[in-house]
Amino acid sequence: MSEFLQFLFSGITIGAVYAMVALGFTIIYSASDVINFAQGEFVMLGGMCTVFLAAAGVPLPIAALLAIVITAGVGAALCKLAIEQARGASVVALIIITIGASVFLRGIAQVVFDKQLHRLPAFSGEQPILIGGATLLPQSLWVLGGAGVIVIALHRFFRRTLFGKAILAAAQNRQAARLVGININLVMLSSFALSAAIGALAGILVTPITLTSYDVGTMLALKGFAAAMLGGMGNPVGAIVGGLLVGVAEAMGAGYISSDYKDAAAFLIILAVLSFLPQGLLGARIRERV
Amino acid sequence: MTRSFMGLRSVIAGAALIAATVSWAVEAAADIKIGSVLAVTGRASFLGDPEDKTLRMYVERINAAGGLLGQKIELVVYDSAGDAAKARTFATRLIEEDGIIAMVGGSSTGETMAMIPLFEEAKIPFISLAGGIVIIEPVKPYTFKTPHTDRMACQKIYGDMTARGISKIGLISGSGGFGKSMRKQCLSAAKANGIEVLADETYGPKDNDMTPQLTNIRNTAGVQAVLNPGFGQGPAIVTANFKQLSIDVPLYQSHGVASRKYIELAGDASEGVRLPASALLVAENLPDDDPQKSIVVNYKKAYEAKWNEPVSTFGGHAYDGLFILAEAIKRANSLEPGKIRDEIENTKGFMGTAGLVNMSASDHLGLDLTAFRMLEIAKGEWTLVK
Repeated sequence: MSEFLQFLFSGITIGAVYAMVALGFTIIYSASDVINFAQGEFVMLGGMCTVFLAAAGVPLPIAALLAIVITAGVGAALCKLAIEQARGASVVALIIITIGASVFLRGIAQVVFDKQLHRLPAFSGEQPILIGGATLLPQSLWVLGGAGVIVIALHRFFRRTLFGKAILAAAQNRQAARLVGININLVMLSSFALSAAIGALAGILVTPITLTSYDVGTMLALKGFAAAMLGGMGNPVGAIVGGLLVGVAEAMGAGYISSDYKDAAAFLIILAVLSFLPQGLLGARIRERV
Repeated sequence: MTRSFMGLRSVIAGAALIAATVSWAVEAAADIKIGSVLAVTGRASFLGDPEDKTLRMYVERINAAGGLLGQKIELVVYDSAGDAAKARTFATRLIEEDGIIAMVGGSSTGETMAMIPLFEEAKIPFISLAGGIVIIEPVKPYTFKTPHTDRMACQKIYGDMTARGISKIGLISGSGGFGKSMRKQCLSAAKANGIEVLADETYGPKDNDMTPQLTNIRNTAGVQAVLNPGFGQGPAIVTANFKQLSIDVPLYQSHGVASRKYIELAGDASEGVRLPASALLVAENLPDDDPQKSIVVNYKKAYEAKWNEPVSTFGGHAYDGLFILAEAIKRANSLEPGKIRDEIENTKGFMGTAGLVNMSASDHLGLDLTAFRMLEIAKGEWTLVK
């Protein structure tokens, strides 16, 4: 029993990270139909910027805040300099641009930062919490809490604020949204900045547990993508559910089956979802009307 | 028709003669050409970069001191970026175009294995800087290597375990090249060393949570110690997870993480962890009567002063390779690859950064277990286990 609990804890912690990456996918997808494969690099930038700012003597909370702002800026720049320039290109072309951006950001990170691994101190100590024979790090609670706060804030943002509704409207029908006076470019720009900021926050929260380096983004992006697909692309709650499920599936697979095939769990999920459940668990079942 | 043909022929003959003379002239004035293919950039740059820097620095020093046999060394380095196919292409170029007389290089086992057939065929001595035991087992006439093997690390660890009364262990290995190879060696060396492996788990090189695997090891009855062959981020995370799960048996790491970075990444969790490492890591801590001390201290000081970065054991492998070759050339008193090969094989009592080297026709590595020092991390510092 205690081992089951232990696998569950470790699955949920890692799952929360996947969930935050999936949320980033979801927001950009909602606003623009683009799947942004540079999402993992936002996570990397969040962690790396914080590490290097902290090393330069900036207090940790301020370093974290700055890292989020910087990463949001990078997200906005990606939208402005790459996505917006390719206006009118097909969605597939835009997705390929984001893959290019991810390679570019990884390259830049190697030069601006370095190729070493880095870690941050845990925010509230490293003494594990004992629950029913299993242990949980305080930092895991930070990660879970961070994911929870983000999803609630997003939910409110999309349902309660005019701008959030404008993003949803733009996602539904760009032409109609433009006709009622929604600034599509601004919607795009802010959705990139927002998902970059969420990615950065995820990166900062997990760095004390998982370490960071210039190339952590690739795998996170793939796992986050699997999570977003599983939950239903475009649905924030689905992203969280999908992320947690992928994380738990991985940990259970590693614990009970074989750790050799840990990464296979996420990819099996992608394949299964694409073949049997293309809308995902909670995806909107929208039919195109002709 | 005939006359113009004759004219063409004599032109060609003349050109060939000139070309021959020119190339002969160049060769006479040429330096001793030593080649190297290293992963200076790319994923394995942590190996190739310090190796490249070490070779350049010491070739410069040897030349400043008058060179070898009165001739200067010319070092030709190509960057394979860790790609075995590229390494092979560059090896061909070194042999056919650059006309090297010996090779010191090959950062990874993959690159080395790709290049070996070329050097064996060209009969040019090749001192590899890679870890894999397959490089020298079975023995190939022209292939040598300087770094200790994974099997030696396993034996050193098992020796320390036995001394502490440990005989049943759990193994958790990275599934990257290093972890995979060492896991295999440790499993095959276990029985002969009186060690029983009760649990055998693995993790991916990019994994960031090993608590499930460690939980399984913890729940395996009878495990007295855990050994983690791995490289890069994995071992640091294993160490942190190990502490998180409060597993109260000793944790052993491999020489793959023998760098300050590991202590930094694993933090307090690394306290009490033991691992085998080359003497270079604890150069200043060695007792003064240690015959290896002056070698490692001098190399470390020279490297750190010149490049302003911490010394690594990988650069040390290049140091050993270059000086084994240089001494062999001196002893051979000839630039003929065959004679140099014979003298490399005759290397006896050479003290390098990796340890004492005594090569023979059946041992093209020549290191014994004294090459490794058993270290324990105490208060964030390496300490020698007596």
